[in-house]
Amino acid sequence: MEGFPILSLMLALPLVAAAICLFVSDSQARTVALVATLAEFALGVLLWLNYDIGGAQWQFTERLPLFAGFEWKLGIDGIALMLIMLSVFLMPICVLASRSIEKRVGEYMAAFLLMETLMIGVFAAQDLFLFYIMFEAGLIPMYLIIGIWGGANRIYASYKFFLYTLLGSVLMLIAMLWMVNEAGTTDIPTLMAYDFPVEAQKWLWLAFFASFAVKMPMWPVHTWLPDAHVQAPTAGSVILAGVLLKMGGYGFIRFSLPMFPEASAEFAWLVFALSMIGVVYTSLVALVQSDMKKLIAYSSVAHMAIVTIGLFAFNVQGLEGAMVVMLSHGLVSGALFLCVGVIYDRLHTREIDRYGGLSINMPYYALFFMLFTMASVGLPGTSGFVGEFLALAGIYQVSTWVTAVCATGIILGAAYMLYLYWRIAFGVQKNADAAAMPDLSAREWWMLAPIAAAVLWMGVYPESFLAPMRKDIAALDARVARAKPDGDSQLKLGKPKPAGEAKTEAHAKALGGAH
Amino acid sequence: MDLMHSLRLIAPEQLLSVSGLILLLVAAWSGAKVARGITWVAVAALAAAAVMVAPTLCAGVSGAASEAFFGQFKADAFGAFAKLLIFASAGAALLVAPVFFERQRAMRAEYPVLVLFATLGMSIMVSANNLMTLYIGLELNSLAAYVLAAFLRRDDRSAEAGLKYFVLGALASGILLFGMSLVYGFTGTTSFAGIEAALAQGSGGGLSTGALFGIVFVLAGLAFKISAAPFHMWTPDVYEGAPTPVTLFFASAPKVAAMALTMRVALDAFGSQVVAWQQIVIVLALMSIVIGALGAIGQQSIKRLLAYSSINNVGFILIGLAAATEAGAAAMLVYLAIYVPMTIGGFVAVLMLKDAEGNPVDNLADLAGLSRERKVLALCLAMIMFSLAGIPPLFGFWGKFVVFQAAVQADLIALAAIGIAASVIGAFYYLKVVKVLYFDEPASKALGKSDWIHQALLFLCALAISPIGYLLTKPLGTWAKAAAAALF
Repeated sequence: MEGFPILSLMLALPLVAAAICLFVSDSQARTVALVATLAEFALGVLLWLNYDIGGAQWQFTERLPLFAGFEWKLGIDGIALMLIMLSVFLMPICVLASRSIEKRVGEYMAAFLLMETLMIGVFAAQDLFLFYIMFEAGLIPMYLIIGIWGGANRIYASYKFFLYTLLGSVLMLIAMLWMVNEAGTTDIPTLMAYDFPVEAQKWLWLAFFASFAVKMPMWPVHTWLPDAHVQAPTAGSVILAGVLLKMGGYGFIRFSLPMFPEASAEFAWLVFALSMIGVVYTSLVALVQSDMKKLIAYSSVAHMAIVTIGLFAFNVQGLEGAMVVMLSHGLVSGALFLCVGVIYDRLHTREIDRYGGLSINMPYYALFFMLFTMASVGLPGTSGFVGEFLALAGIYQVSTWVTAVCATGIILGAAYMLYLYWRIAFGVQKNADAAAMPDLSAREWWMLAPIAAAVLWMGVYPESFLAPMRKDIAALDARVARAKPDGDSQLKLGKPKPAGEAKTEAHAKALGGAH
Repeated sequence: MDLMHSLRLIAPEQLLSVSGLILLLVAAWSGAKVARGITWVAVAALAAAAVMVAPTLCAGVSGAASEAFFGQFKADAFGAFAKLLIFASAGAALLVAPVFFERQRAMRAEYPVLVLFATLGMSIMVSANNLMTLYIGLELNSLAAYVLAAFLRRDDRSAEAGLKYFVLGALASGILLFGMSLVYGFTGTTSFAGIEAALAQGSGGGLSTGALFGIVFVLAGLAFKISAAPFHMWTPDVYEGAPTPVTLFFASAPKVAAMALTMRVALDAFGSQVVAWQQIVIVLALMSIVIGALGAIGQQSIKRLLAYSSINNVGFILIGLAAATEAGAAAMLVYLAIYVPMTIGGFVAVLMLKDAEGNPVDNLADLAGLSRERKVLALCLAMIMFSLAGIPPLFGFWGKFVVFQAAVQADLIALAAIGIAASVIGAFYYLKVVKVLYFDEPASKALGKSDWIHQALLFLCALAISPIGYLLTKPLGTWAKAAAAALF
């Protein structure tokens, strides 16, 4: 694999397929898109297999000085690898989920494939401006996907999505220009080790925060998300929730934390405050939704707030937890949107009240839906538990209060998800048309089963996913250590007793009890 | 400094004026039936002039060696960069014209001749090194442009555009002339180098009020010509009323020429008094960005929309001037080089929008759902819109990128932040066009066939602003740097 430009190939493949899709018939476009995304997934697997865990920090690096002012520079670490895997894993599923799209299929598939190129580009870029170009360019295909193939109120949603995220990111561009002017390089690894003056860091941090907080999204700039999700077609929601939101978290972990550690520590209170409000507020809002997609959209905001507190915990548990929540949420919320899509395709409504008792006529569907509901709640054994537990364990070392407030998000999460599941899958079959819906087709099995397997895998053996990231997270933890705030939880390491002594004592106690 | 040397330096201008005069005679004798032939000859003359100018840019000529006629005229790399853009725009304006005018039965042989003379005027403008040369070039260009705006004599709106352009243009020329006389009066010279030296002496004990007034009036007059807000009022009306090939011409070539002239006057003649004009330029830039963006939102006519878009773009270009550095000047040139294909592409697309009978379609609502009927045209137009909005990966982003980079390097961070935030307002109306093209139900109005020349030009422009354009950033940066170095 040495010297083979696999990342460039992964960027080029969907682009070529997108161009082909524009010129072929509808059914051919579906086939081309499916084959291309599967080939891309195969390349992703190849990438993972060849990734040297514990090896160099940046692997598969490529460098071509093509442009003035910036370079074509690619390379990934473990964090980027995992997020690229998430993207290429979800894409074939999105293509399968798009069977209900009937108009302008070629352009639809082209937009999705372009989106895939840009997503991989964001995670693989090692040049600051290359990253920005990929980051911003993603707005165009998503704008078209929401606007052309979305629901009734799609135009408002597409504008809101575009302008909100654009306003967030343009200020980041000015900050990037300043940084490059100061540090004299556009190379991301170099900038990650560069110490910016503490006073300037604050401004830079705020500019980056404006962009990533909107993308993430954090309360109170989350309002574009429910609109965009509700109006987007199913596959659009999957990509939006699964991957695009992760760009915000990736931005924090790649830029804000390592480049501005002091500012990150100084503004951690802001992140915590917004996250606490976000968890509680959006969970309560989710509880009263009557639209399934909106409910899941609000739950996304709540879950992403757990990610942000984990990121700003300044310790390994918090960072690892944040990464696992991101991966897990990518899978689980994607799967939940697919579950909504499955029944939406049959009944063409997202109103929760129009369903009920689906476990009777759609038992397999109910089973999958149950698994993903539990994963969203954070049941041990599913991916959601691992991430949320780690993130909360990390933040507990910093602040007991933040942990307490955010942990209520888990309880509220259980409330709104179980309430949703109850209303849809259990109870009586009050609507005749809902009761007549057939169970999952083979295509839908192929969509849901791989995600279910991945969710269980991540829940039972998260080490597979944590291992590639461990060294990078440790490096990041060492980088931010100098700005680490003091915790309020006053954890003290206890003195472990010698094993033999403990045993005899217990034995004696047991004996004493017997006498 | 002999005559032959001077004549060699102005060879491209000589070629343009001689071919313009000969073609004028041919047009007078042979009339409209040779109009197409004359157009092709004029395009060939422009191409030849471009070939003659190119070596100056590549060699990065500057300084005394480039001065002709005792410093009246400066054929340096900066002028060459602007001239290449002007010749290319004028060539495009010539190529698209016959198909348009023949349909209206208004193709006349004077059109290519007037374009040639206007181009000659602009060529003199960008090489002017003296207030006199400046004014001669400006007026030669303007007089030809007034006639061009009213070229469709029987069309009321075209006549109105011509008249409006003439009255407001004359007013601007008057303001400019007044400013020039003040500058001359307080510095005692009309040569740019002399003015710079005289103003530099004033910088210690402060600038005299009269000279300051002169600077303000000269800049106001020039702001008129580049249609920067608040001197932009004429732009939408003239762009809408003038025949579309002429609008294409106005939006590209004179814009480049006037902008290059402004740069030379501000950075060369007034270069020793940056503090005196920097605030003016900052205000012009921000007003243009905001007014250009807000004004475009309510427009129904695509030509008016593109007019406001050009005001908006001028604002971004002026941010580079506000930096008042060599990097800023180079950034402006790069922006102009990207702006030209965007604008030409935009107006060529407007030319291609025709109903089934071949009448032009200019109403935004009539373009609804165009992406289903004319896929390639809609795709190109959408690309141009995203590019004008400065959304990467389209090449329009690069223009904004370099001017903001120059502003940040010059420590104008607040200006850069406000300017880029205001660009989001502009994104709204560009998105609106894309929405009409792609999201709305088809209106099935713009179904007419388009000419192969238009298609080829649009394709070229779309290719230039596509992400492939980024491969040009290196040569473009080198040339712009060489050209900007000639100013300092």
